[in-house]
Amino acid sequence: MSHLRELYQEVILDHNRSPRNFGPLEDADLQADGHNPLCGDRLSIAVRVDDGVVTDVRFQGSGCAISQASASLMTEGIKGKTLDEARALFDRFHRLVTDQTASTDDPALGKLNVFAGVRDYPARVKCAILAWHTLRAAVDNRHEAVSTE
Amino acid sequence: MRALQETGDRRQEAGEATLDVREIREMFPLLAGTVGGKPLAYLDNAATTQKPRVVLDTLSRYYAAENANIHRGVYQLSQNATQAYEGARGKVAAFLNAAEPAEIIFTRNATEGINLVAQTFGRWQVGEGDDVVISTMEHHSNIVPWQMLCEEKGARLRVVPITDAGELMLDELASLLGPRTKLVSIVHMSNSLGTINPVRQVVELAHAQGIPVLIDGSQAAYHRAVDVQAIGCDFYVVTGHKLYGPTGIGALYGQRRWLEAMPPYQGGGDMISSVTFERTTYNKVPHKFEAGTPHIAGAIGLGAAVDFIRSVGFEAIAGHERRLLDYATDRLSAVPGLRLIGTAREKVSILSFVLDGVHAHDIGTIVDTEGVAIRTGHHCTQPVMARFNVPATARASLAMYNTVEEIDQLVTALTKVREIFS
Repeated sequence: MSHLRELYQEVILDHNRSPRNFGPLEDADLQADGHNPLCGDRLSIAVRVDDGVVTDVRFQGSGCAISQASASLMTEGIKGKTLDEARALFDRFHRLVTDQTASTDDPALGKLNVFAGVRDYPARVKCAILAWHTLRAAVDNRHEAVSTE
Repeated sequence: MRALQETGDRRQEAGEATLDVREIREMFPLLAGTVGGKPLAYLDNAATTQKPRVVLDTLSRYYAAENANIHRGVYQLSQNATQAYEGARGKVAAFLNAAEPAEIIFTRNATEGINLVAQTFGRWQVGEGDDVVISTMEHHSNIVPWQMLCEEKGARLRVVPITDAGELMLDELASLLGPRTKLVSIVHMSNSLGTINPVRQVVELAHAQGIPVLIDGSQAAYHRAVDVQAIGCDFYVVTGHKLYGPTGIGALYGQRRWLEAMPPYQGGGDMISSVTFERTTYNKVPHKFEAGTPHIAGAIGLGAAVDFIRSVGFEAIAGHERRLLDYATDRLSAVPGLRLIGTAREKVSILSFVLDGVHAHDIGTIVDTEGVAIRTGHHCTQPVMARFNVPATARASLAMYNTVEEIDQLVTALTKVREIFS
């Protein structure tokens, strides 16, 4: 149970219940769709950028608690960051959820550290990382739908 | 629980076939295992079944003492291996009640069986403007090979819809059939809904117009006795790993008249009778369809697996699974917020469900920590998920060795899901 509580932390459950920055974004500068074929999770991320800085970001879609909460917390985490900073966060987040030796308290990740528990559930890494892959595609201006498969 | 036992006792007194589930479980080494200190409740049999010791011993004995290539050597060992391999073909033929062993072609799995028919029968029979008819509840393996064929030939894939209960709409099937229909390919029992399709009626409807029928028996063959002659189908596919047998081996049943007329599938050794650079003549049925060294050990293991199933008996298996299905249906229906997907009147022991406000993958992860192995996702039936407007379901699929206690374990684990997501 304790392990499970580390995966399903209160913050994650809360963001799953009431996702932040959820809905369409008009006049988005960057946009991408992501799909996790194994789970059926679907996400679409839209970003507004001003002078290289993320001024607004929103997501839409459906999926498991981990994928929904990850998208929600990601939007909070990258708002106000430059695109380069967002890319760097992607790398840190990726390490957090896949690397057993990575710090579970990376100051740069802040609240996103709640996803450290995912590393103990390899089948769920895709759920946590989908929003980030989709963001990456939007930032790199790639328009084909991202797939975790 | 007591009521269930009493029902069992009455059945025994009435002389109905029953099985001793404790005795059966002892034959499966893996079932004694634990997950994180909890007893394993393996409820993912629609994905693959566990293997009885007799199958494991057969595989190990074959490699340790009987291994040789078949259809080649004049030495004793090779002849023994050939006999064992062909003997397994005979066992599978008897298991499906084929008219003769030559109507059984060994494949890698059911998927390869369907692809074989698509690439040989299909490329030969299906042309531009023709139709191939399938249903909404097909596994991707009974969709994609036909899509590929139709794309190549300029043919149309027609889909028989299903009801809200997950039943095949037979009148719609009848209305789709016509002079351009070259094949009907339908699943016997749905892997994601549990629906048992009226395959005899499907065959009657199609044959009335001279249309051949393939039945995908991947799920059916470990739940019920299959009689391909009584069904009347032209082709029937099964996979060994769902028959308590090894992975990598399956079988295609085809009526001899089709197998004789169909072009070969893959080219290579064993499928020929003579080769020159000018001309090759092909071997007789079934060897024409088995190019290269086959999965000899797998076929022999599958033979042992069908022997095992027959020794338990389908009457006892079906009776036990029916009681499990009824019990599980009652228990799961009583879980607050749980909705069963697939409520056909004729159903096999497969229970797909969704839980309000909780995604199937979260269910799967949480019940796993209680030792319960269920499948979550689309089960390779994305059109079924779209039909019921759900992204995914959780699925418990029960086999001969499952118990009411394991169903209780699942229901208890689901209360933990509720606790976390309250």
